Amino acid sequence: MKFSVVVEVSLRTGIADPEGATIERALPALGFEGISSVRAGKAFRLNVEANSETEALERAIALADRLLSNPVIEQSTARIEATA
Amino acid sequence: MTTRVGVVVFPGSNCEYDAAAAVTAVGAHSEFVWHTATSLDGLDAVILPGGFAHGDYLRPGALARFSPVMTAVAEFAAAGGSVLGICNGFQVLTEAGLLPGALQKNRGLTFLCQPSQLEVVTSNSILTSRATVGAKLSIPINHFSGSYTCDDATYERLVANDQIVLRYVENPNGSRDAIAGVSNEAGNVVGLMPHPERAMTTLLGSSDGRVLLESFVAEKLATR
Repeated sequence: MKFSVVVEVSLRTGIADPEGATIERALPALGFEGISSVRAGKAFRLNVEANSETEALERAIALADRLLSNPVIEQSTARIEATA
Repeated sequence: MTTRVGVVVFPGSNCEYDAAAAVTAVGAHSEFVWHTATSLDGLDAVILPGGFAHGDYLRPGALARFSPVMTAVAEFAAAGGSVLGICNGFQVLTEAGLLPGALQKNRGLTFLCQPSQLEVVTSNSILTSRATVGAKLSIPINHFSGSYTCDDATYERLVANDQIVLRYVENPNGSRDAIAGVSNEAGNVVGLMPHPERAMTTLLGSSDGRVLLESFVAEKLATR
């Protein structure tokens, strides 16, 4: 089966996020009030061949840990979007 | 005998000629090593030069670490060979796990291309064995992702093992503890963001990179 998986990569807690901070600082000037804790990251959409959702997620996380993220500073999560 | 230095060329490297010229300028032999090479036999030292290996897609160094030559570089380093990563080469070495920590986007989110003042922190590395601790060197930087970061445990190890090689006198990019260059525990693998190969002659602003390249091509450092 083919599963559509979304992998999100974000900086670990405690690692400075200059992009997120810059976006957050820009918001009031644009009229967006009351928005805080902006964190920037990356999202990847993958089609994964697997026998189950669990297996698809495991394969996606393995890929995220090996290539899509740098585990020294980043963390990743994976979720099933829809069965393709 | 003349030291033989391999300069690794990835698709997207752009400082390989500068690095090779710098190696030649300090009396060593240089040759290019394409990134598909699987052996570094016959070489005494290896440089990973600056540039944008594999386009820096995903993250700087993220794809380059999977180039075939990196397996050979890891074996070369494990055997005590001298490995120097400059700028993008430093990013590749951290991604490959041959050096601790990581390089993030500059704190100010701007590309920095300017002279920088560096302080020599230790002479216990293949890059600084002939430099004087505390000496100030003028060496240019040219990077977007040069903010050195690592967790507290790693930082404490860096300090305890004397692995911080160079610091910025004025931190330009938000690097932790103004770190500009680090070594592995044995001191035979060094990475730095500034470009010593661009500071080889006063005609072009500074010759302070010379002592670093001279250290690098000098006889290998005995294991600490």
